[in-house]
Amino acid sequence: MIPAPFTYKRAWSVDEALDLAAQDGDEAKFLAGGHSLLPLMKLRLAVPEVLIDIGRLHELSYVRDDDSQVLVGALTSYDELARSSLLASELPLLAHAASRVGDPQVRHRGTIGGSLVHADPAADLPAVVMALDATLVALGPSGTREIGAGEFFQGLFETALQPGELLTEIRIPKPRAAGAWSFQKFTKRAIDWAIVGVAVQGGNVALVNMGQTPIRASAVEQALAAGAEPRDAAAHAAEGASPSADINGDRGYREHLARVLVARALEESAARS
Amino acid sequence: MKVTVTVNGSQVEAEVPDRTLLVHFLRDVANLTATNVGCDTTSCGACTVLLDGRSVKSCTVLAAQADGREVTTVEGLADGSGEMHPVQRAFQAEHALQCGFCTPGMVMATVSLLAENPAPTEEEVRSALEGNLCRCTGYHNIVRAVLAAAPAESERRSS
Repeated sequence: MIPAPFTYKRAWSVDEALDLAAQDGDEAKFLAGGHSLLPLMKLRLAVPEVLIDIGRLHELSYVRDDDSQVLVGALTSYDELARSSLLASELPLLAHAASRVGDPQVRHRGTIGGSLVHADPAADLPAVVMALDATLVALGPSGTREIGAGEFFQGLFETALQPGELLTEIRIPKPRAAGAWSFQKFTKRAIDWAIVGVAVQGGNVALVNMGQTPIRASAVEQALAAGAEPRDAAAHAAEGASPSADINGDRGYREHLARVLVARALEESAARS
Repeated sequence: MKVTVTVNGSQVEAEVPDRTLLVHFLRDVANLTATNVGCDTTSCGACTVLLDGRSVKSCTVLAAQADGREVTTVEGLADGSGEMHPVQRAFQAEHALQCGFCTPGMVMATVSLLAENPAPTEEEVRSALEGNLCRCTGYHNIVRAVLAAAPAESERRSS
């Protein structure tokens, strides 16, 4: 399988990437690691006329300490996230979740920004940045704007980014108790997308693949805030969720998995903290 | 577009369609056909090569993304005198192949693993090969070969 024909353009700076995007408008897509976009293009589920390769913008690949927050460049690969000593101490949830994405080859190429803008509800990192209350920074023709993770994911493969805007950075507040975290996902094979996944940081609980977007399990969070035990709080895991049914499981199965995985995650998080 | 890739130490330059995948560039332009196309969906790892020293699935990389960079395929592992690479020798000695289709990808994934982790545990080897499927299910001998290759590869890299 090869993608439908397109014109390849390469950006050597962030400004050049924005200029190229402005020239081609809706017909263009940014290419980062390509591990979400290229498979879709090979299946002809995405047929952009122009690809703007931003993969060489090394200035967008970093993990930096910034006082009360950690700044992550959008082009940082999963592998770099997994190996970051700063993340290991300040945001172990993100480092660990990144180490469980796909397989080593995928982690060498795939980027955090690529995963977030692709906005697949079955992807791991969108739920992780929601659990971490991250802020996403978008750069466009009219400047920079900040978008809360909760507002960023608008629908299936749909984000709050406007045409011509580029996600450049993810700003993550350091959690008060970095150690109170857990990441659980259930897959048939190690490399598969999660049938259901859970990211927990403190009292924040976010779910993978339990709706059209990653979602916060607010009923669980409210129960925890009211002092419920992990197992009792986890019983609310599927409330407000609208998981899809597919070859891997029907709605009821996913709701059951969410309750089981949230219970495991809350217990692991409590045991760590 | 014109793409220039250093493949196994030699420059390969060609005018190719923008949509050319790296695996087809290697097989059809560079005429290096050891790298197999298996699932073609980033799952099986048969097309694994090294891009600037790190394992990638070449069915999910554009040739244009490799422009100006270095690629190593299994054909590039043996040294100039034809002496096999320690990972190749270990795969042979441990009989780590049945039909052989996944082998080039398994070998390249192993070379990448040992560059990152020179002395992996069995558990780490199994995790590191998650992205490589053996359709003969011959995993035990493959894992044994990786463990056997580790000391020799360590020695080769430090010499």
